[in-house]
Amino acid sequence: MSETTIHDQLDALAAEHAKAVAGGGEKYVGRHRARGRLTARERIELLVDEGSAFLELSPLAGWGSDYTVGASVVTGIGVVEGTECLVVANDPTVKGGATNPFTLKKLLRAHEVAERNGLPTISLVESAGADLPTQKEIFSPGGRIFRDLTRASARREPTLAVVFGNATAGGAYVPGMSDHTVMVRGAAQVFLGGPPLVRMATGEEAEEESLGGAEMHARVSGLADHLAADEHDAIRIARRVVARWERHKPVAPPTYDWAEPDADPEELLELAPTDLTEPFDPREVVARVCDGVSVDNPVAFDEFKPLYGTSLVCGWARLHGRPVGVLANAQGVLFSEEAQKATQFVQLANASGTPLLFWHHTTGFMVGTDYEQGGIVKHGAMMINAISNSTVPHFTVLMGASYGAGNYAMNGRAYDPRFLFAWPNAKSAVMGPKQLAGVLSIVSRAAAEAKGAPYDEEGDAGMRAMVEQMVEEQSLPFVLSGLLYDDGVIDPRDTRTVLGICLSVAENTAWTGATAYGVFRP
Amino acid sequence: MITRLLVANRGEIASRVFRTARRLGVQTVAVCSGADADLGYVAEADFVVRLPGATPAETYLDVDALLTWGEHQGADAVHPGYGFLAEDAGFARAVEAAGLTWVGPPPATIDLMGSKVAAKRHATSVGVPVLSVTDPTEADLPLLVKASAGGGGRGMRVVRDLADLPEALDGAAAEAAAAFGSGEVFVEPYVERGRHVEVQVWADGHGAVQVLGDRDCSVQRRHQKVVEEAPAPDLPDAVRAAMHAAALALTEPLGYRGVGTVELLYDADAERFWFLEMNTRLQVEHPVTEAVTGLDLVELQLVAAEGGTGPVEVPAPSGHAIEVRLYAEEPHHDHRPTTGRLVTFEVPREAGVRVDATYAAGDDVTPYYDGMLAKVVAHGPTRTAAARSLAGVLRRARIHGVATNRDQLVAVLTSEAFLAGAPTTAFLGEHPELSGPSRADRVAASFAATHAVVAEAVERRRDRHGVQHRVPPGWRNVRAAPQVTRWEVVGQEHPHEVAWVPARGGGIEHPSADLTVAGVRRADDGWRVDLTWEGVASWAQVVLDPAALPGHRDVFVDGPLGSVHLREVPRFTDPADAVASGSLTASMPGTVVRLDVAVGDTVTAGQPLLVLEAMKMQHTVSAPADGVVASVAVQQGVQVAAGEVLVVVETDEGPDR
Repeated sequence: MSETTIHDQLDALAAEHAKAVAGGGEKYVGRHRARGRLTARERIELLVDEGSAFLELSPLAGWGSDYTVGASVVTGIGVVEGTECLVVANDPTVKGGATNPFTLKKLLRAHEVAERNGLPTISLVESAGADLPTQKEIFSPGGRIFRDLTRASARREPTLAVVFGNATAGGAYVPGMSDHTVMVRGAAQVFLGGPPLVRMATGEEAEEESLGGAEMHARVSGLADHLAADEHDAIRIARRVVARWERHKPVAPPTYDWAEPDADPEELLELAPTDLTEPFDPREVVARVCDGVSVDNPVAFDEFKPLYGTSLVCGWARLHGRPVGVLANAQGVLFSEEAQKATQFVQLANASGTPLLFWHHTTGFMVGTDYEQGGIVKHGAMMINAISNSTVPHFTVLMGASYGAGNYAMNGRAYDPRFLFAWPNAKSAVMGPKQLAGVLSIVSRAAAEAKGAPYDEEGDAGMRAMVEQMVEEQSLPFVLSGLLYDDGVIDPRDTRTVLGICLSVAENTAWTGATAYGVFRP
Repeated sequence: MITRLLVANRGEIASRVFRTARRLGVQTVAVCSGADADLGYVAEADFVVRLPGATPAETYLDVDALLTWGEHQGADAVHPGYGFLAEDAGFARAVEAAGLTWVGPPPATIDLMGSKVAAKRHATSVGVPVLSVTDPTEADLPLLVKASAGGGGRGMRVVRDLADLPEALDGAAAEAAAAFGSGEVFVEPYVERGRHVEVQVWADGHGAVQVLGDRDCSVQRRHQKVVEEAPAPDLPDAVRAAMHAAALALTEPLGYRGVGTVELLYDADAERFWFLEMNTRLQVEHPVTEAVTGLDLVELQLVAAEGGTGPVEVPAPSGHAIEVRLYAEEPHHDHRPTTGRLVTFEVPREAGVRVDATYAAGDDVTPYYDGMLAKVVAHGPTRTAAARSLAGVLRRARIHGVATNRDQLVAVLTSEAFLAGAPTTAFLGEHPELSGPSRADRVAASFAATHAVVAEAVERRRDRHGVQHRVPPGWRNVRAAPQVTRWEVVGQEHPHEVAWVPARGGGIEHPSADLTVAGVRRADDGWRVDLTWEGVASWAQVVLDPAALPGHRDVFVDGPLGSVHLREVPRFTDPADAVASGSLTASMPGTVVRLDVAVGDTVTAGQPLLVLEAMKMQHTVSAPADGVVASVAVQQGVQVAAGEVLVVVETDEGPDR
């Protein structure tokens, strides 16, 4: 395999993002525009406050599948009238914005983000409904979308649907289940069944406008709360609706003075390991992501137990003035000491209510007789126990390797961090490709020996190469991102900004540190 | 002896009189209308007479109220300033009848010289040539129609075709009657390329009459002076001497008291001059004479009013002084007056520069009175030096909130035509390029827009009220299109767009050009923004109006390229707020004095629909195209705000839906 640099990986990331932006491609975007309509991202750009940041979630959803990268929907967190909101926008240039299995996964993840962070939801609707060829994969789980919307409403997280075009069948329930609806005159069509289905079902010759047009819903059915003159007007009205939610964050933002990082974030590109066998000092990352020294922050990073469990760096810092606890792998491997250190550190963060940042570059827990006898399983279990039951917001960044139980212990996807992002050089799997292939080889050899059969060395080499390559490919961040195992692949230089946005988002729900954990076995 | 002086005027001239009064130890009484209550001159006075109402008739022209309340405040003398009642003999008589000292010439003299017809007769009688025509013929064209009781260009009309004369006479009479209470008008030949030269005189009331100097006030717009200088440049000694002699000849028989100005029209080619009128009061432009002579003309007025005697020592003029009148107006829109909150108003105070200001930062410029913000005077060793210094001061002045003629004044002062020698009264008309947006303005607007976006980005990042606290503005992890900020460039037709992408450090970059933000720091009430555009460094001072509604923010950018007023273009318009096409809106606040059409009337392009009076000028609103009057939103006599819809004319194409 040729040497790839972080720059190649960033170029590849930009190319994949460009695919998501291109949506259905020039032809369908052109056709959409010719009808006087805006694209999903244009609608979002109009919706969010001028000059505000927008964090797109799961932009690579569907990567590696037969579906268009991005999965025919844009989801993300934006600021509308000063309120952080989850924004969901169908991309009607991709198969009419139809929902495929990846669209569904992406929507469900977005709703999860809204729920965890107490965000209102704004749906910018223009979707042909379910992608019928894949209906078996989406029909049963797809119902959650509507359940999520009404439960959000019950949690007093407002929901708003702006309908720009088709919202048919299940799609009709997005406005149907939303607290507020805006429909564009002459464009929005919201009905359970379109004219063909109505004819099939009842023989009625229905006309689209009277069946589900915006005027009809605004004046007759009452499904539309607001009738908009055009798309711009619809977004103008939507912004007024949000303004009247009068949302106030329960967690006050910090008022501390702050400074940009002490070291140049550009250098993160040099630090990001493309050869994942190389450990690196995560303090260098802290110095380029967390706040630098300022009046209110005279020391940029206060390390916890710097002399103990040195393979895991723990410490206190600030990011955009917000206090954070950092756990970052230093030498890749986790030993008992590291697990014990992390357990204590997580409890301390919960005691002070400080959010935690987990920065992965780990090959997992140490194996071997000494370590097993030293209690590495029970210590690893303690670490997982502490993190699993921690109630302060967690954020995870995969900076390099994220293998095995190390991924779990460092708060991997299965442990529900609020957000999880990967650098383009990161890899994640049950173990490294070489190790996995080697383990398989040893197991097969042992089986052959047990049977007394001769071992096919040539076949073994081929098998190892194949497994190695397969695992290598499956560990790549685009694959994992395509499967929604992270919230996006980010440029390492954007880590500070992404975490800053996420910390701000987290302040939409109040938290208190955990007071109960599972039974520890010290 | 005067102990407590009431100034029956407002603004800068009241301040000016108070300044001398203070120096002499005389107490002061200010008069203010409701609209002027917060202006600086009011606070300067020891006592204040507050008159309810805003119109001049209710306030500064109300003789009874002025005298009744002035006496309540213990005033023992009245200085009329200029304008308002300054040349109203009736007021002078009322002041004297009330037992107060009148700071001005005897009422009979005001009467005589106040009537332009009588004044010309007097001039003829003392051998001073006058312009006059009693029965105009083609040979006399062009003609100038003037109000007998007028001043300041009000009621003036130029007539180039005899057929237009009757209408001009009617219009001038109506305007004069509204402005001065007298509809008397007269006609004189219009010397198109003449110069306006005036002689400043002073008399002690006991027979001593002196010439204090001369001035040139030829640079005029709408017959109102905007640039004035002393001494009058390029005047042959013999002409200057003859002018001074004429001024003395005119004044000496009058039993004059105080300061006065003899206005002359000078034909430089023929080296001839004619008497125009005599102003029996302190002139707006008196500071240029004060600058070159060192005299205090207000003090001389008070000396004469108190019965003091001359002559005084009049030094020969030293160097050259130029005054400009900084107006709230849009020169490229026919000097349309502007109103609004003067957000910032800072004119650099430097040696040799004098600023007599009516308004200060934070004041509202109202539509009720003359829109002069301030007079700025520069005194230098030569005319060129004074012009350059004055242009520099004006360029560096920070004036935010209302459009002014500043750029025009700078253009005049730095123009070759002005610097080459004395201009004529046709100067601005012959140099329209000095009044329009120049190419530099458009370049300045472009730079200003970019600087403004940088400042806005920095401010956004700092003051986001806790949401996305400190996150780089406009940041995107997936980039689709650049951010676009749209600015209306106030005073220019076309909006300006700035495309930008967020820079990682929190600043901005240009999507294609080489733009680097070199530094942004707090400076005064805004941000000093340094940036490099395609290798060229530039800086600007950017003030973002904090009080504006979101989406309607005013941004003021000052820098070496000039000053630009930007306004956010709102991203959304409520369809309900859209103005129907064919709507004629008020270009400025004013009163509808005449309404000529009703709903359903068929009108032709150019047909007058109504007349709006604003700032004492009458503006005719005409049909933009042939059509039918679809609606009339106003009635005669109503006050309208700028931008208010007056009449909707439905043209053949029909109103835009």
